[in-house]
Amino acid sequence: MSISRFRLATGVIPRLVVGTSLLLVSGIAAADYALNFQQPVSSIGREVFDLHNLITIICFVIMALVAGVMLWSIAFHRKSSGRKPATFHDNTKLEVLWTVVPFIILVGMAIPSTSALLHMDDTSNSDMTLKITGYQWKWEYEYPAEGIKFMSTLATPRDQINNVADKGEHYLLEVDNNVVLPVGKKIRLLVTANDVLHAWWVPALATKKDAIPGFINELWVKIDEPGIYRGQCAELCGKDHGFMPIVVEAVSDSDFKKWANRQKGQMVAAAAAAGKSWSKADLLKQGEKVYNQNCAACHGATGAGIPGVFPAMAGSKVANGPVNGHLDIVLHGKAGTAMAAFGKQLSDVDIAAVVTYERNSFGNKTGDVIQPSQAKSLR
Amino acid sequence: MSAKGSYYLPEPSAWPIVTSAGMFLLALGLILTINSVAPGSWIMLAGFAVIVYMMIRWFGQVITESEAGSYNDQVDMSFRLGMGWFIGSEVMFFAAFFGALFYIRQFSVPWLGSGLESELLWKGFESTWPTAGPQGPVALPPNSHHVGENQFSPMGAMGIPFINTMILLSSGVTVTWAHWGLKKDNRAQLITGLFLTVALGITFLSLQAYEYVHAYTELGLTLQAGVYGATFFMLTGFHGLHVTMGTIMLIVILGRSIKGHFSAEHHFGFEGVAWYWHFVDVVWLGLFIFVYWL
Amino acid sequence: MAHDHPTGLKRWLFTTNHKDIGTMYLVFAFTMALIGGSMSLVIRAELFQPGLQIVEPHFFNQMTTVHALVMIFGFIMPAFVGLANWQIPMMIGAPDMALPRMNNWSFWILPFAGTLLMLSLFMPGGGPAGGWTIYPPLSVQGGIGMDFTILTIHLLGISSILGSINIISTILNMRAPGMTLMKMPMFVWSWLITAFLLIASIPVLAGAVTMLLTDRHFGTHFFNAAGGGDPVLFQHVFWFFGHPEVYILVLPAFGVFSQIIPTFARKPLFGYASMVFATATIAFLSFIVWAHHMYTVGMPMAGELFFMYSTMLIAVPTGVKVFNWLSTMWRGSMTFETPMLWAIGGVFTFTIGGLSGLMLSITPADFQYHDTYFVVAHFHYVIIGGSAFALFGAIFYWLPKWTGHMYNEGLGKLHFWLTMIGFNLTFFPQHFLGLAGMPRRIPDYSLQFSGFNEWSTIGAFLTIGAQFIFFYVAFKTIKGGEKATKEVWEGAEGLEWTVASPAPYHTFETAPNVK
Ligand code: HEA
Ligand code: HEA
Ligand code: HEC
Ligand code: CUA
Ligand SMILES: [Cu+2]
Repeated sequence: MSISRFRLATGVIPRLVVGTSLLLVSGIAAADYALNFQQPVSSIGREVFDLHNLITIICFVIMALVAGVMLWSIAFHRKSSGRKPATFHDNTKLEVLWTVVPFIILVGMAIPSTSALLHMDDTSNSDMTLKITGYQWKWEYEYPAEGIKFMSTLATPRDQINNVADKGEHYLLEVDNNVVLPVGKKIRLLVTANDVLHAWWVPALATKKDAIPGFINELWVKIDEPGIYRGQCAELCGKDHGFMPIVVEAVSDSDFKKWANRQKGQMVAAAAAAGKSWSKADLLKQGEKVYNQNCAACHGATGAGIPGVFPAMAGSKVANGPVNGHLDIVLHGKAGTAMAAFGKQLSDVDIAAVVTYERNSFGNKTGDVIQPSQAKSLR
Repeated sequence: MSAKGSYYLPEPSAWPIVTSAGMFLLALGLILTINSVAPGSWIMLAGFAVIVYMMIRWFGQVITESEAGSYNDQVDMSFRLGMGWFIGSEVMFFAAFFGALFYIRQFSVPWLGSGLESELLWKGFESTWPTAGPQGPVALPPNSHHVGENQFSPMGAMGIPFINTMILLSSGVTVTWAHWGLKKDNRAQLITGLFLTVALGITFLSLQAYEYVHAYTELGLTLQAGVYGATFFMLTGFHGLHVTMGTIMLIVILGRSIKGHFSAEHHFGFEGVAWYWHFVDVVWLGLFIFVYWL
Repeated sequence: MAHDHPTGLKRWLFTTNHKDIGTMYLVFAFTMALIGGSMSLVIRAELFQPGLQIVEPHFFNQMTTVHALVMIFGFIMPAFVGLANWQIPMMIGAPDMALPRMNNWSFWILPFAGTLLMLSLFMPGGGPAGGWTIYPPLSVQGGIGMDFTILTIHLLGISSILGSINIISTILNMRAPGMTLMKMPMFVWSWLITAFLLIASIPVLAGAVTMLLTDRHFGTHFFNAAGGGDPVLFQHVFWFFGHPEVYILVLPAFGVFSQIIPTFARKPLFGYASMVFATATIAFLSFIVWAHHMYTVGMPMAGELFFMYSTMLIAVPTGVKVFNWLSTMWRGSMTFETPMLWAIGGVFTFTIGGLSGLMLSITPADFQYHDTYFVVAHFHYVIIGGSAFALFGAIFYWLPKWTGHMYNEGLGKLHFWLTMIGFNLTFFPQHFLGLAGMPRRIPDYSLQFSGFNEWSTIGAFLTIGAQFIFFYVAFKTIKGGEKATKEVWEGAEGLEWTVASPAPYHTFETAPNVK
């Protein structure tokens, strides 16, 4: 398709200040203007792309006909050209015709659509499974057969978002841990969520499915070629819905195996770390990292929260109260609120670290040091 | 009312805007109350008072106009259409809750107990009905007493619910009988019939109140008892609310009948209430079948 | 007019007159359009450039949500009810609505409900931020603002139901002798069918938000799998209301097109009977297509297919309407006064939106379009390009009848062209944004989307700016101007053109005779 990825111009996007009209014009001229789907790289993606192009063309033709008739009568059936109005107001043959012909067109569109749909629905004979869980506002990926599980969060620095630093090439579409998948394999994706609705969408792979807490949705993908494919959460999931990207790294099967082994090694090392006793300084350092990655989105980098929605950590009764109460809410969350059960997402080390951090930061001065074993015992 | 040819054109009236203000207060008060903001319940009460006052005055005015013979056949027809379509909208309101019940029973509960969901998320959950879901209290056989922690017992169909079905069905008969009386201009029959209907309505409500207390105190069946509890109380509760409104309306027309209102030919006030009552009756049948019985 | 009615403020507060109430509806709608429009400017200004410039994400989501609620429930719906109030009695030869006091009640609920919604924005935690579709579990998480929203919806629903009951009773019971159903003007027919849609769908929305309220505050588990419920249940109930709702927004607009086009083509409406039939078919179909908003929730295959086919079918009756309008213009003797510009422009832009709707109805393709700006483009094309354009057309068409004055044709046309250009500039590029992969409801986007977003923002400012012209023209016409004749338009047909301009307070004190 020639219209598939037509760009009027490419170039760097100048950083513009709202209102400076001169810069504005040049900015518009230099920006990206993609007019159609991203180039599909999966079998389903290609099928959907063809279908999309087909229905687009049909709609264009219909629109052209409608506009044509309209323009014709505007041009020629006007009073100023001295026309007397005709008096007809019925024509059964014509009316039957324009009921039946659209119907036939619709049937023509329904046939390839149905076949594409049936094709997409068939998750049988898959080569591997990836379980995807949406959290506010990050994705968890689990490879059940390989025994791998990790979180993937936005990696774009806040400074870029706040226009303090220059925006990088993959602004908002970059994560700390890419989800790595082999090419040429039929991969079954199981999508679910832990708190609210999300949707896992990578345009080039044509995979969009809602992630629904308590239920599992299935779909499949077979990636054609190695590469990095970027997508985003596609269901409003709260404050940072716009900031939970997806990055799929498609690699050859052998590279995938190597990657999987490395991951497993890292998980073993992490498990070992939980056994030992941690120093306060190490806990605070680790805690800050965990806090900024998992908690700051709601409770704020400075612990101020958003009044009425997310409680402040600074001066919080819980963060300054009994340790067990604090551990409890972090581990088990609070039902019916945005406060999730982080016990499911974080290791004992991370829980201990973040609680230690919260109890000794933002003006909180409890002096407590919490060890991973304490977190473990409350699970 | 001014005499405008054959048309009915009421004079300007303060009641609509007063009513709207009352509704606003009621809504605001409710919001504040459920969020435990202190003056909430007072605001709610104020709103309620405004609405009750309005009903007495506005409906009183309508009744006066009607008795003064200001309403011609066309107005009568407008009222009929109005009441009919209002009941139609109520039907759709209940349809939403019935739809939710069917969806839960046909789809969500079976899904939770099968396939990937039961394999990966809710291990060991079996889809049966009644249920309070994978993490809710466990369902016991209907009406079993001595319900323990984390258990509940659904409401059986054959005790009070069955009696209540009989009560509502007979109240449908009594109100029709009263209507016959009215059409024959037999006042005694009209008043007796209405009185019996009101009595049956109140009996129904008392039995339902008893049933609720029983559910909460002995069956462990509460609003929180998963989807069973939720659908049970939502459907029966809204129905109960409608029976309450219907009973109040019946009491009003009983009072009017005693005062000598309505004529054998002109009695839309009566008929409107009777329709409403029949509607409440039919909804109950649906409830009895789908909530209690099947 | 000997009939005495209070003057000053009391005239408006206590009125039982359909014209007064119609005016109040229109003024209310106009106010809400400005509020909702300002919110859309906040949205567009934030999206002008990548990066967060002017609002926090949480507030951005509130703007998106409240913008939609205000525009749909506060602008389009009340505006059409206002038109119904003004026009239906005049068009069927009645002195007023069937239930005049209730008429005033259904209006006065609106300002109170609007206040409740606006109050939510000032609550701790802010207004609703879960999108106008308020899907749980997100909407269960929200603060007190969500409760304000829920109760607002209840109040608005009561208002709509009362209004619809009144409209149905009026149309079925107040027609002048000889005005058979199949002689009624198309606008009246459209409203009759719209009122049925409202009565059947609004209570379902009330049910949905009631369940949401109990899930939030009384511990029920309708939408929580742990208790056996399902978040998707809410979506089914919501869209059972939501899809008929979109035709509630557009059917009265179709009615307006069917009034304006024959007038300025000086030729009777083509295919009156098939128009009625098509409208009824659309209304019927609208109740069995709701799940096309939920293709990605993972429905069973049979459901996906059923909803795809039924949705596609709507194109047939809608096509009949479009073709009938074209045939009405065909070989007419057309002039292009402002109302006609709006009608032609409206049919044109609506068809664009309808065709993108058809693309959305194709399930496998919708997997890609869903929750992107392609959807945003679609519905602004049908709602603004269809409903709002028709509203403007209707205002200019009937304003001389209402006020007795002609509006300024030149400024009217200027308003049309600026709005037309601004609107297309705003929303046409959004198709491309959606196709290229820009999700909706995001306050910030990656760099590839920057170009078209700039265009879109510029277009939005242009569109809103043009509305000040509208305000000026309308205001001037109400205040004074060239006297309008009884007939106003050369080709106009119908009872409203047989009475003086401005129309008397109670239009038909004795019923006219319709041949
Ligand atoms: C006025 C309001 C209005 C109207 C009239 C429509 C009309 C239609 N809509 Fe739209 N729609 C919305 C308002 C409206 N919509 C809104 C607000 C949303 C988003 C809600 C949200 O998520 O926030 C939405 C979303 C929406 C979706 C969900 C998208 C998604 O979220 O993924 C779908 C999917 O099927 C859809 C389809 C349609 C169809 C098929 C029509 C049809 O009725 C269109 C029929 C018209 C034509 C087809 C053109 C004229 C016909 C011809 C010229 C005949 C010849 C044609 C052929 C033979 C093809 N709409
Ligand atoms: C009636 C419906 C309506 C109207 C008129 C509009 C008008 C506009 N909308 Fe909106 N919009 C929605 C309904 C509407 N919208 C909905 C339902 C959503 C989805 C929300 C969600 O995701 O939850 C949405 C979302 C939405 C988004 C996406 C936000 C997001 O996903 O984050 C954007 C972004 O550009 C946007 C922009 C605009 C703009 C620039 C206008 C401008 O065109 C506004 C210009 C103003 C007018 C054209 C009206 C002028 C009218 C008058 C001056 C009054 C005349 C008075 C009488 C005739 C009485 N809208
Ligand atoms: C999605 C938003 C969100 C995220 C992310 C989040 N929280 Fe919370 N948190 C909340 C909300 C909402 C509450 C208030 C719950 C309530 O209503 O009691 C809360 C409450 C708390 C409280 C109790 C505070 C008090 O004074 O009542 C603590 C402690 C806490 N969170 C710690 C954490 C930690 C540690 C993390 C990260 C590991 C975290 N939160 C991540 C939303 C969040
Ligand atoms: Cu997760 Cu949007
Ligand atoms: Cu729809």
